[in-house]
Amino acid sequence: MIAPAAKNIASAGQLDQLRQRLRVDAERYKVNIAVCGGTGCQAYDCQAVIDAFDQELARRDLKDTVRLRCTGCHGFCERGPLAVISPSGLFYQQIKTEDVPEIVDKTIIGGEVIERLLYREPITKDRIREESEVPFYKHQQRIVFGANGIIEPTNIDDYIAVGGYQALAKVVGALSAQEVIDIVLRSGLRGRGGGGFAAGRKWEITRDQGGDTKYVICNADEGDPGAYMDRSILEGNPHSVLEGMLIGAYAIGAAEGYIYVRAEYPLAVRNIGVAVAQAEEAALLGENILGTGFNFKVRISRGAGAFVCGEETALIASVEGRLGTPSAKPPFPAQRGLFGMPTNINNVETWANVPQIISRGADWFAGTGTPKSKGTKVFSLVGKINNTGLVEVPMGITLREVVFDIGGGIPKGRKFKAVQTGGPSGGLIPESMLDLPIDFDELTGVGAMMGSGGMIVMDEDTCMVDIARYFMNFLREESCGKCTPCREGIKNMLHILTRICQGAGNEDDIGRLEALADGIGAAALCALGGTAPNPVLSSLKYFRDEYLAHVKEKRCPAGVCTALITLSIDAAKCKGCGRCVKVCPTDAISGGVKKAPAKIDQAKCISCRACFETCPFDAVTIV
Amino acid sequence: MGVDLEPVGRLCESHVSNRTSLVMLLQETQDKYGYLPREVLKQITREIDVPLARLYGLATFYRSFTLTPRGKHELCVCTGTACHVRGAPTVLQHLQRRLGVSPGETTEDGLFTLVTVNCLGACALGPLLVVDGKYHGKITVGEADELLSSLAEAAQQNPQ
Repeated sequence: MIAPAAKNIASAGQLDQLRQRLRVDAERYKVNIAVCGGTGCQAYDCQAVIDAFDQELARRDLKDTVRLRCTGCHGFCERGPLAVISPSGLFYQQIKTEDVPEIVDKTIIGGEVIERLLYREPITKDRIREESEVPFYKHQQRIVFGANGIIEPTNIDDYIAVGGYQALAKVVGALSAQEVIDIVLRSGLRGRGGGGFAAGRKWEITRDQGGDTKYVICNADEGDPGAYMDRSILEGNPHSVLEGMLIGAYAIGAAEGYIYVRAEYPLAVRNIGVAVAQAEEAALLGENILGTGFNFKVRISRGAGAFVCGEETALIASVEGRLGTPSAKPPFPAQRGLFGMPTNINNVETWANVPQIISRGADWFAGTGTPKSKGTKVFSLVGKINNTGLVEVPMGITLREVVFDIGGGIPKGRKFKAVQTGGPSGGLIPESMLDLPIDFDELTGVGAMMGSGGMIVMDEDTCMVDIARYFMNFLREESCGKCTPCREGIKNMLHILTRICQGAGNEDDIGRLEALADGIGAAALCALGGTAPNPVLSSLKYFRDEYLAHVKEKRCPAGVCTALITLSIDAAKCKGCGRCVKVCPTDAISGGVKKAPAKIDQAKCISCRACFETCPFDAVTIV
Repeated sequence: MGVDLEPVGRLCESHVSNRTSLVMLLQETQDKYGYLPREVLKQITREIDVPLARLYGLATFYRSFTLTPRGKHELCVCTGTACHVRGAPTVLQHLQRRLGVSPGETTEDGLFTLVTVNCLGACALGPLLVVDGKYHGKITVGEADELLSSLAEAAQQNPQ
C-alpha cells in the first residue's frame, strides 16, 4: 500500500494544490488495474488474485508504470473476482490466480484481449469487453457508487484525486449553514434508511433546537437480511460518508459525530476506521478544518448484534452503552437525542449522496427520479436471480427493468413469483405489479416499502407462507422485548404460522393472524414493531391461495414445508451416483450404486429435502 | 479455574480514561478472552462502579456476546433471506441433527460451535456456510458433511 500524501491540509487552496499534484502523479501510470475487494469478492478469495497481480507486476518490474488497486465493491457479485483494466476499461470476470500471469503478459504488456475472461451475454452469447456495456451495468446510473470501482478505499489520496472533499471546501468556505440546508431541501433528498423523511427538513429541525452541543450520527447498522449496500459504500468509499457527515455537521452546528456500524461487517469497520484516521492526519477532521474555524470529530461505535439498534432511539441507547431498546417518540432525536442533546441521524447512503448534491447542485440531483423521490437508490438484488449484486438505479425505474434487464431474470428457467422489499418491515410485490415504478410512495402504496433497499427475488419454488414464517421467526428473535404487542404478538403469529406450515392449521388461523397483525401495527412502541406484521399481511394479500392450500388441503404448492411434502426419486432421471444416499440423515435411501436408481423408504424419510438439494440431475421430485 | 484478571483491569482503566461506553468495554473484553467469563465480569464490577446485573443484562441482550467458551471450530450458517430462499434451512437443520446442538451451542467434545447470522451480505454465494471465518458458498448438505468430517478427522489426528 502507498502511504497517503494528504497531511495537514490547512486551506482549500492547499487541498486544490494537492489534488492537482495527485493527478499529475497519476499520469505516470500507463495502466490501472482495479480488482474488486468487496466482501462478496473476498468470499471468492480475490485477495489471492490481488497478491498474484502484485507478485507478477513486481517480477516484471512493472510497478512504476502499472497501478494495482484493491477497490471497493463493483456490484456484480455474481461474477467475482472481477477486475477492470484501464485506460481501455476492459472488464475481466471470474478471474483465477492462474489467469494472472497471462493477463499481465497478454493484456497489460501485449495489449491483447483474453476472450475467455470477458463476460458472456447469456442470450446472445456475445463477449462483452467493457464494464459499462455489460447489461448489468448498462441500465444503472451510478452516483453514490460512481467512485467505488475506481478508488482505493484505504487511501485518502484516491478520494481527493477524484474531487473528494471539494464539496466540504465549498461549504465551509463560501456557504452559510442555512444555504447548505436550502440546497439539500431543494434537492429533495429523502432518507435512504427506510422512512424516507426529507433529509434537509431533519437537518433544519435539529439546527433550530437551542443549546450549543449537537450531534450527527451515521446509521450503519444495516440489519435487514439481504441488504448490503451500506456496507459496500463504507467498504468502498468511506470518505464520501465522512464528507457528507462533515457537511451535515456544519449545517446543523454539530462538533461531534458517531458512526454506528454493524459488527458483522468486519471489512467495513476496518475501512471506515482507516478513513477516519487518514482524514484526521489530513486535518479534514479535527480542529479548524481548512482554516475556517470549523471543528468536527468522529467516533466509531461498533454494534453488538442487535437488529433493533437500526431504530434510531435504540441506536442512541446502544451508543450510550445501554440496552438497545427504543423509546417513545416524541421527543424525536432531533429534539433530544444522544446524551440528551439534539441529534441528526441519517444512514450511510443518505450521507454519501450529500457531497454530490453540494458539488453538482440541487437541480442536478432533482433532475433524476420521480416528483416525490429524487436521485438514485442502491438496491441489493438477491435471491432467485441470475445476476446477484448491487445496483444503483434512478428512482422511478420499474421492477421489471431491475429484475429482468439488470438482474437477467430467474435462474434455471423458473417462473418469477414475487420480490420482497424493505426487509422484515416490508412486503411482497407479486408479478402483476412488475411494472410498478419504484419510489418511496409507490412501494408503500402496495403494502411493501423501500426500506434500506434489499430486493429479494422469489421464484415458483419459494413458499410464501414459509417466507412469512421466516420473517416472523427473525422478528421474534430480534424483538427487544420492551413492548408487549411486539414481544408477545409476534410470538403468537409465529406460532400460528408454524402450525400452518406443519399442516396443523385451520381456516380460522388466517383471521387470527390478521387480528394480531392489526393489534401489533396499532400498538407497538417503535417503527420496527409497528411494521413487523407487514410480511404476513402482504403475503396474505397477494398469495392467500397458498395459505388456503396449506390449511384446507394440507398441501405446500411450492414444495417447501417439510411436513406437507413427499419426496420420491424418478428412476428415469436417476443416474445412481449415490450422493443422496450419503446425505440422507435417516438412511432412508437405498440403491443408488453402480448406476442402479435410488429409492426412498417413505417410512424412514423425514422430508428434510437434503437429497433434493444435493441431486445434480433433478431426479428427486416433491409432491 | 484461574482466569488472568490483569488484562481486564487495563481495559477498565482505558474505559474510564477514554470515556467509552460499557458496550465497548464488554466488546474489548470479549475480544481479549474469547468470551465473557463470570470472574472477569465480577472483576469489572470491582474496577468500575457498575452492578453485575447490568453487565449480564448487556451480555445477554446483544447477540455478539457469549458467556460460555466457544468450540475449537465455529460453523456459521447465514440465515439471511437470500440464503433462506436458496436452501439455508436444509443445511442448518442437517448440521443441527448431525452435531446434536442448536444454534449458539457447542458440541460436548468442545470441537464445534454452531451459530447463525442474519445476513453477511454475500448473497451471491447463498446458501453460505462460514467455517472459522472462511466462506463456503453455494454449500450443499453433502459438502457441509465433508467439511465437518475433515475437521473432525484432523482434530482426532492432532488433539490439541
